Amino acid sequence: MARTAILGRVTWRVGKAVALYDETASARTLTLEVPDWPGHVPGQHVEVRLTAPDGYSAVRSYSIASAPNSENRLEITVERLPNGEVSPYLAQELIVGDELELRGPIGGWFVWRPEQIEPIQLIAGGSGIVPLMAMIRSRTSSTSGAPFRLLYSVREPASVFYREELRSLADRGIVRITHAYTRAVPQDWSRPPGRINADLIANATFPSTLSPTCYVCGPTSFVENASGLLIASGHSAQRIRTERFGPTGDRR
Amino acid sequence: MAIISRGFSGRRTAADPKLPPGQYVTNDFPVLSAGPTQHLPLDQWEFVVDDGASALKRWNWKLFRELPAERVTADIHCVTRWSKFGTSWEGVSLDTLLADVKTDARYAMAHSYGGYSTNLPLEDLKNHQAWVVFRFDGHDLAPEHGGPARLLVPHLYFWKSAKWVRGMTLMTQDEPGFWETNGYHIYGDPWREQRYSGE
Repeated sequence: MARTAILGRVTWRVGKAVALYDETASARTLTLEVPDWPGHVPGQHVEVRLTAPDGYSAVRSYSIASAPNSENRLEITVERLPNGEVSPYLAQELIVGDELELRGPIGGWFVWRPEQIEPIQLIAGGSGIVPLMAMIRSRTSSTSGAPFRLLYSVREPASVFYREELRSLADRGIVRITHAYTRAVPQDWSRPPGRINADLIANATFPSTLSPTCYVCGPTSFVENASGLLIASGHSAQRIRTERFGPTGDRR
Repeated sequence: MAIISRGFSGRRTAADPKLPPGQYVTNDFPVLSAGPTQHLPLDQWEFVVDDGASALKRWNWKLFRELPAERVTADIHCVTRWSKFGTSWEGVSLDTLLADVKTDARYAMAHSYGGYSTNLPLEDLKNHQAWVVFRFDGHDLAPEHGGPARLLVPHLYFWKSAKWVRGMTLMTQDEPGFWETNGYHIYGDPWREQRYSGE
């Protein structure tokens, strides 16, 4: 199951905000310039550290949204959590020109490498799209011809991140995208709002017979549901990589 | 020299001596796993201690559950920075499971159903520091939290407490397990913030 990742020691570096973009009413993409960034593999994350004037600091992890690039720029997209300590600052307070500390890249498992030639099935719930977007962007900028599909579940149409870019990538044939909505659907949408179900898995994802590698990222209940459906439709658990965030909602 | 974040004050709580550096307290129980949740029928479950060549000890579920169990209350610390205080578990101590095992090994690799693995020094598994637990908060351990049984080694970061544990290989030399191969620390002491390789 494990594969060796060549990872050096992670040290704190300084990143400067060079662009900010509101993806939705509650999420913002930060473009950070990190002059000594060592590079990353799509799917990895960084830790961001904020420090108050008296030295108090708080650290949180954020997935990298950008593909590796030669400009030493990193993008992260931060969803503002209602009781968050770090996310409201990043999503609201930070302004262009501000510096913050970060370290990484971290994680050697939930990653896609351009050497992978098998079909790739991405399944995102909410802000779980972020590391998957890094994979799609890397697929675009690499010579890989791996077929990509994305099943992207959000609360409502206004919750979609990277809307125009995803549309353009789909139009160019880089990735086939199916949107799903849990609370409210666009006008004239054929499917009622609801969780991802077996029907959607059957109609909107690569079948297990193609042996895709599946990357599932989202809140815990979303990942439990989606990965369970993949297994029920014949996918091998060994080919499903998951990344979960948030509480279970179930203390057992 | 830290960069000061203009206007950031943070959400402070009084310093708690039970909280390792860089952690925050949560009352939830987040789930983190590298793959799908394993669902294991109890009649297929077993726990095997081996030395890399042959099995030294083997229990099926029934025999495992006949072993003396203990109640454990412990604080747990995840490398993703949440800590949860006073979690209550029930399980069999590794002292019990390894009691009759004669070995020169100094390390162990815990193996899980689904392919996960994590390495630990044998001395961290002894003297009431580690258990194979099957109940959490008075209920059977849920599959997403590692049920029917998981390792519990609360003094190390929680990735060492392997979910869906199926056995342990005793080793004379330390070897990295799954996350230890993927950038995380070989030992993982939360009090020394041993999160990533080389820290």
